[in-house]
Amino acid sequence: MDHVLDMPKLRTPEEAVSLIKDGDSILVGGFGLCGTPFTMIDAIAAQDEARNLTVISNNLGEPGKGLGKLLLTGHLKKAVGSYFTTNRDAVKAWKNGELEIELIPQGTIAEAVRAGGAGIAGFYIKTAVGTKLAEGKEERVFNGERYILVEAIRARVALIKALKADTLGNLVYSRTARNFNPMMATAADLVIAEVDEIVEVGELDAESIVTPHIYVDVVVLNRYEKRGGVYVEKQ
Amino acid sequence: MKNSDPYRIRIAKRIAKELKKGSVVNLGVGIPTLIPDYLEPDQEVFLQSENGLLGMGPTPPPDEIDMDLISASKHPVTLGRGASLFSSADSFVMIRGGHVDVAVLGALQVSETGEIANWAVPGEDILGVGGAMDLVPGAKKIIVAITHVTKEGKPKLVRELTYPTSGIRQVEMIVTEKAVFTVENGRMTLREIAEDTSLEEVRELTAARYEVAEDLKRMPTYS
Repeated sequence: MDHVLDMPKLRTPEEAVSLIKDGDSILVGGFGLCGTPFTMIDAIAAQDEARNLTVISNNLGEPGKGLGKLLLTGHLKKAVGSYFTTNRDAVKAWKNGELEIELIPQGTIAEAVRAGGAGIAGFYIKTAVGTKLAEGKEERVFNGERYILVEAIRARVALIKALKADTLGNLVYSRTARNFNPMMATAADLVIAEVDEIVEVGELDAESIVTPHIYVDVVVLNRYEKRGGVYVEKQ
Repeated sequence: MKNSDPYRIRIAKRIAKELKKGSVVNLGVGIPTLIPDYLEPDQEVFLQSENGLLGMGPTPPPDEIDMDLISASKHPVTLGRGASLFSSADSFVMIRGGHVDVAVLGALQVSETGEIANWAVPGEDILGVGGAMDLVPGAKKIIVAITHVTKEGKPKLVRELTYPTSGIRQVEMIVTEKAVFTVENGRMTLREIAEDTSLEEVRELTAARYEVAEDLKRMPTYS
């Protein structure tokens, strides 16, 4: 950084990761590798204090990339998400009994996390009614149609990825890298936002701010940069 | 099965004809992803992508790829005319809330009452479901895009599902390379058959029971 930012929430990734405890539940933003907090994932992989983590995220990245890295380093106890088949390491770890998996439809995760952040304990939806994924769930009929009860999801920690923060911690996102990040920012006791850039308060258009600063506890700077449209580690 | 497979292209072309101008359409993985190539230039449909995009445009040239802008299949895309971006929660408000006009889905099996199985195979690891189960009850109309039989030659249109169901909702239409069926009130009707097949062959390759429409038509093969 060329100049010192007046930003009380700014931490190094190593300082931020020290706030994560062994056995924590962690919401992690991203869809595949898009909108993934790579730097914070690296920081988790590099430490040994916080292991046995339960991660709630749509996928577990790709083999060796994004959350896929934490499978290789053995930091994960359980993964809650909608699609794990694209990471063969996740399938292997599950088969070997090294990883618990809970499968939840994509839209159900999105809404359960939104509810978790909104003070809503649960809600009824038609998704998955009559399927294996509804087994053991309470069912009710509204207006002649079957619905199942879904309980809200919260976690102790959320790791999210945004494009920019201002020095208060207001966040804006990039295109479809927004995905699960805004809801996750509302549904954890400790919210760590990884961003590409920090700007002065007032520089972000108030109309474009998706996550207001009150949700964000800690901000870290991304150690990856975009080259050819893909995030790669800075040289 | 390559995307240049003429049967897959035939299915995609036939379904493209079903999509009304101005409709909101969600395309599943597999054959449905071929459909945008066969829409007419003035047939403006708004493609919805589960991760959080309405108005998805075509694949960008290599020097314009931005992996912050991807489809639900995780491929790079562009912003089409009038596109908008939103969170995954808002995306499923659109899907679950009945704001998507048509979902075109692949399937492993379709039952004769129009129930589909498109997420899990018995005996194999069940570790992915994605947005399929949200689309099944949520979309106003569901069109299934499938080849008529499996690689082993077994019918995909069956009496009862032997694969795990994706939900109790019955689909409205099934398009294969051989035929077009509709489902109403749990009953399947054969509406069109392709030029290179016969009623006898369709019956042989279909385990589901169906009625033949009085005004049965020939399905264009668009060769």
